[in-house]
Amino acid sequence: MLTYHDILAQTRELLEPYAKGRRLEEGTDLLTHVGLDSMQAMEVLLAAEGRFDMSIPLNVLAEVRTVGDLAQQLQRLLERR
Amino acid sequence: MLDNLRAIAAARRALLDDEGVSPFGTVVEKMISATEGILDGRRTILAGTNNYLGLTFDPDCIAAACAALRDEGTGTTGSRMANGTFAAHAALERELAEFFGRRGAVVFSTGYLANLGMLSALTGRDDVMLIDADCHASIYDGCRLGTAEVLRFRHNDVEDLDTRLRRLGERSSRALIVVEGIYSMLGDRAPLAAIAGLKRRHGAYLLVDEAHSFGVLGAHGRGLAEEAGVEDAVDFVLGTFSKSLGTIGGFGASDHPELESLRYASRPYLFTASPSPSVVASARTALAVLQARPELRGRLWDNAHRLYGRLRELGFTLGPQPSPIVAVMMAGPGEGLAFWRALLEQGVYVNLIVPPAAPNGGCLLRCSVGAAHTPEQIERIADAFAALVPASTSRHH
Repeated sequence: MLTYHDILAQTRELLEPYAKGRRLEEGTDLLTHVGLDSMQAMEVLLAAEGRFDMSIPLNVLAEVRTVGDLAQQLQRLLERR
Repeated sequence: MLDNLRAIAAARRALLDDEGVSPFGTVVEKMISATEGILDGRRTILAGTNNYLGLTFDPDCIAAACAALRDEGTGTTGSRMANGTFAAHAALERELAEFFGRRGAVVFSTGYLANLGMLSALTGRDDVMLIDADCHASIYDGCRLGTAEVLRFRHNDVEDLDTRLRRLGERSSRALIVVEGIYSMLGDRAPLAAIAGLKRRHGAYLLVDEAHSFGVLGAHGRGLAEEAGVEDAVDFVLGTFSKSLGTIGGFGASDHPELESLRYASRPYLFTASPSPSVVASARTALAVLQARPELRGRLWDNAHRLYGRLRELGFTLGPQPSPIVAVMMAGPGEGLAFWRALLEQGVYVNLIVPPAAPNGGCLLRCSVGAAHTPEQIERIADAFAALVPASTSRHH
């Protein structure tokens, strides 16, 4: 089973193409700091689905503001599987 | 507070930095017919109105609406649940159920509300909605209003849908697959026979929004499910009156007896006023016209093929298949806006679609043709596009 630390590292990798060189900390805000738009957010989720071979409900987006939030949601979904 | 609106105002200024006509605030100064109006002071062919059968000026529909207006008044002033169900609302529901060969139908005040009202009430907390990524905003909003888990699958990708159903395991029997007959932006169709096969194999439910295909596809105009020969696999049919029927309103139809109880559970059904008598009367008449005059569908498709063929010859990149919706891909919002204005100056109105409304972050000029367009009007629309070709840098052929 992947630890939160592992998932956080993989979340950072998934977001790297959109970071435009910015450092992605656990508390980095995806909207205001990374500037992720709704289309890009969907692309990130699709990439995460492929990497973890799971489906991510759209509803989780409502709970996500930061890199850490996304990692936590991914961990929750992976544990539920 | 207001931050979102300020951001939108800034984005609008960035795109529309001058005093030119705005594609997002177009005012039709006067309607002339189902296919012409006065826009920006100019007589203009309307090639972006979803008026597929051209019934907005049908004399029988107008007469029925006028009679209802005189006999029953300007509005119902109430919910379907309270004082807002007249005999005509119930009759329209019976006629829709009969047309689609379903046990029952429920009428909503708009197509948008039909999606909100059906999706949010059909599913509950333990259910899953599996929606095509290119589904209309009303489907996304219907999902948000409901409590089910919402999963997207890649547009028209049967394999991706299969993967997601497989991952659900036993929960797939609680999944509602949601697709559209014709997708509103690119005019492409769902691969419905294959999706119906998956639905059966995984024991899921299937809802087809036939908003753009009702009256357009199928030997009798019942939509993509009829054309694909899989009506028995479709649990719920959704549709709107604001396209082929030329008025406003929406419906859901089904053989599931539980549909009747939706009237007590669906907030978009309960907490809004019911359609006005004149609207219901014109919808009923238009439904009868749709059945009595199949030649309208023939004319619609002649026009669709003619425009698609001409624009393809001109080298434009179009949606994947001929359809009454002809999507012309633009290099970006700047080119899209310039083309849109140039078309309007030549007396042709189409829709400019920019992200996120356009799929895949693209920008497109969306034409829609109808049975009421004459072949000459279709040629004039194509000629207006032809005049833009030298200015273009994005053609592939």
